[in-house]
Amino acid sequence: MSELHLPWLELSILVPLVGAACVARVRQIETSLRIAVAFCAITLELACGEFVDFLTLGTFEAHDHFLFNVLFPSEVFVVDELSAILLPLGALIHLVVVMSTLKTKAPRFSLTWSLISESLLLAMFSCRASWTLVVLLVVSVIPPFLEIQNRKRCTRIYVLHMSLFAGLLLTGWILLNAAPDDSPLALLPGALLSAAALLRAGIVPLHLWLTDLYEKAAFGTSILFCTPLVGAYAMMRLVLPIAPEWALQSIAILSIVTALYAAGMALVQIEARRKFCYLCLCQSSLVLAGLELVTPIGLTGALCVWLSVGLSLTGFGITLRCIEARIGKVSLADYHGLYRQMPTLAGFFLLTGLASIGFPATVGFVGMELLIEGAVDVYPLIGTMVVLAAAMNGIVVLLAYFRIFTGCQQPTNIPMHARPAERVAVLLLTLLLLGGGLYPHPGVALRYHAARELTLQRDRRNLSIPHTSNHPSIEDHDLPTLEHH
Amino acid sequence: MIDLAFQTLGIVTVASPVLLLFVLGFSALVGFKLNEGVVARVTQCSVLVSLVPALSILVLMLAVGTRYVPIELGNWVTIPEQEFHFHLKFVFDRLSVPFLILSCILCGVVSVFTRRYLHREEGYLRFFLFYALFFAGMVISSLAATIETLFVGWEMVGLSSALLVAYFHEREKPVRNGQRVWSIYRLSDAAFLIAAITMHHLTGEGDFGGLMSSGVWPEGTAAVTSAQALLVGTLLLIAAAGKSGLFPFSGWLPRAMEGPTPSSAIFYGALSVHLGAYLLLRVSPLLEASLVLQVLVVSLGIVSACLGGIMSRVQSDIKGSLACASVTQVGIIVIEIGLGFEYLALIHIVGHACLRTLQLLRAPSLLRDYDSVENAVGPGLRQDNGSLFGLCPVGIQEWCYRCGFDRGFMDLALDEWIVRPFQALFGGFDRLERRVSNWLSSEPCRDVDGSEKRPDSIGRAA
Repeated sequence: MSELHLPWLELSILVPLVGAACVARVRQIETSLRIAVAFCAITLELACGEFVDFLTLGTFEAHDHFLFNVLFPSEVFVVDELSAILLPLGALIHLVVVMSTLKTKAPRFSLTWSLISESLLLAMFSCRASWTLVVLLVVSVIPPFLEIQNRKRCTRIYVLHMSLFAGLLLTGWILLNAAPDDSPLALLPGALLSAAALLRAGIVPLHLWLTDLYEKAAFGTSILFCTPLVGAYAMMRLVLPIAPEWALQSIAILSIVTALYAAGMALVQIEARRKFCYLCLCQSSLVLAGLELVTPIGLTGALCVWLSVGLSLTGFGITLRCIEARIGKVSLADYHGLYRQMPTLAGFFLLTGLASIGFPATVGFVGMELLIEGAVDVYPLIGTMVVLAAAMNGIVVLLAYFRIFTGCQQPTNIPMHARPAERVAVLLLTLLLLGGGLYPHPGVALRYHAARELTLQRDRRNLSIPHTSNHPSIEDHDLPTLEHH
Repeated sequence: MIDLAFQTLGIVTVASPVLLLFVLGFSALVGFKLNEGVVARVTQCSVLVSLVPALSILVLMLAVGTRYVPIELGNWVTIPEQEFHFHLKFVFDRLSVPFLILSCILCGVVSVFTRRYLHREEGYLRFFLFYALFFAGMVISSLAATIETLFVGWEMVGLSSALLVAYFHEREKPVRNGQRVWSIYRLSDAAFLIAAITMHHLTGEGDFGGLMSSGVWPEGTAAVTSAQALLVGTLLLIAAAGKSGLFPFSGWLPRAMEGPTPSSAIFYGALSVHLGAYLLLRVSPLLEASLVLQVLVVSLGIVSACLGGIMSRVQSDIKGSLACASVTQVGIIVIEIGLGFEYLALIHIVGHACLRTLQLLRAPSLLRDYDSVENAVGPGLRQDNGSLFGLCPVGIQEWCYRCGFDRGFMDLALDEWIVRPFQALFGGFDRLERRVSNWLSSEPCRDVDGSEKRPDSIGRAA
């Protein structure tokens, strides 16, 4: 297997941890905020370095074991075409969320835990199906729990769902490693792992923890926990390689139903956060649906939409968070007419919202087209539901825009303009959204290559082990690497 | 040499509005405030830079004798192994050239008008930004040679329309109307997108040339079976009905008059309202492939024209009345398309768009115009009471009045049969979720529990 030229992966996992330790020692809010931003920026640079290095190698997968070689003799941290781009995405999401945190809100949003979450997220994205990934998936649910608890809010819903998630995940993985291939219970581990991944993705009716999280945790924490689509990643790593096609396509139908349900629910919500939560759920379900179609087109669409959702919903979320930081929780029962007070944020809100629904000239447009095409290919009738869900999301975005920024005249003359840091954060995302939308070909080609390789690997595995669609010990590195370039 | 000239002129025509959108959009994004004069001049230049090459292409086409000039910009995205490509192709033909020139001229007129009309208005820059989005959308839609490219322009026009209806955004009513327009657009766009994907599946490409296997517009014949044509055509008909305010979506057109007069003139009187008809013209060979589809198109046109006629007679404001009159005319245009009179429909579009622009731009000074006419004539103007409706029984007259007043009951029907069941269904799910969450949690699951305000209730929305 090819090796990265520098220990990008290990460094990008370690740097946020060091940052967390530094931030925890600092008492001054402003200083800790600056330190956190600096560490997030360094992490992003390292993640970008990893991505560029990976591209120059021209392989399907690569690893680095410079630092953790002693600790982990086996290849723990490996990136492939699926995860190589997710690392910069995860780092960028953390950077912009931390960067757009107001000084007044810093005490409510734990910078230390957000840096730890970043480290966990990057570690997860650097892992393939293994015990490490399973443990990281379980551990990553702890920071939001601690935050809800610190806020003296009821953690029952979150704990119930996440315990179930952890239980299903661990049981599934143990059974996968233990159950013989020809056992009558051979499908059970796959089913348990699927259920765990679906729960983490918030599939209906196991999505109540998501709305609860948005209600009780800091908005920034919720964004960090949801927008990188960890559930989809778990599904890709743990379920896609082992599940039979019929099972995956059933999950795709379930995801499309969830997307439609979430889009409908988003329309009737009167709180901005909940609207955002359902919008996020809808988009992540669409990604999941595309991933489970197991066709190159559907998979390419889903991988493209994954990136666009990560960028656009983060942008949309942090814009909403900036507004909340100024006027408190936003109720959409009334018009707020904030356009005059915050015209730039209004523009960003609209732009990122439109990008999240795949409006033309934004990064999600082509991805959404591919996803719809893939869905219609496999299920002509159900596939059209994806179009309906996307249409409803469009209505949701403009509804939220109108409710927050228009409809009345705000009597206050207090300026609520975006701070430079907030402006830079959202502008950065906006430029990426528009840049990727206007020149989508390289991104799509890259994602298509990843989709094709993943499909090929899956097909090859199924061919080589026809009766072991849920074999535990199959690891990607057992298979011949597919070189390209 | 001539091909190079066509290529260059074609690219300039398309690039100019896109560049305008980029300049205005980027300056708004980074917070750089351009002054009014600069914005107006840049806009007018852009329109001119689109119009002159378009006219040049027309002259060249007439001189050379060609009636079909494709402008290939290559694939925006392509996945050759999967035969997926997003082809950026524009076409100058007997349909697109008149529509493009019409768009440029009317956009130019409206930009000059707006410069004074919105002088020192707070939303001046915002108006021109949305205008630029609209202009780019119109040029792309007019020249699109593939259904995907048309969809891009179509969406841009839709967004700019909705935002301009809500232009006076300090008031609630324009915003509500903008939201309603957007909702209808989104649903009709969904039909468009499904049609585009279905077309991809049927013909393997989104190129209109692929759909119309032989000949250039309007001589092509559809390369699909009658049943396939009916499927794709029906979806496109829904999309066209949404965009052009045909039955059962006519209700949004009078609402759209909440926007500033220039935008009303250009969008809902002249260009945007004809985009649906333009789409039907573009796929006219598809309509000819299915008799059922043709009957559907003609029926839709008749119903829309009749309802538009009834509605326009009871409107109490001039812009609303003109909007309803537009519905009537667009309905007639759709009938012409359904009957296969493509050229007549095209001429009708051009004539109607020009007349309606003039009427709408004069609308703010209507009283002054009446005054001038009365002063010139001497006695007051005679009210024209003679119409066919006067001959109908009083019961029918009253029903027609109610029908026109309630905009053909279309908004009410949409609210009653779509919005209300939707709200009831998802409201029920919402209550169920709340109950389950409250049962699981030791505290109320929502901070704003108890607040059940629904300002979007049907009564207020209508």
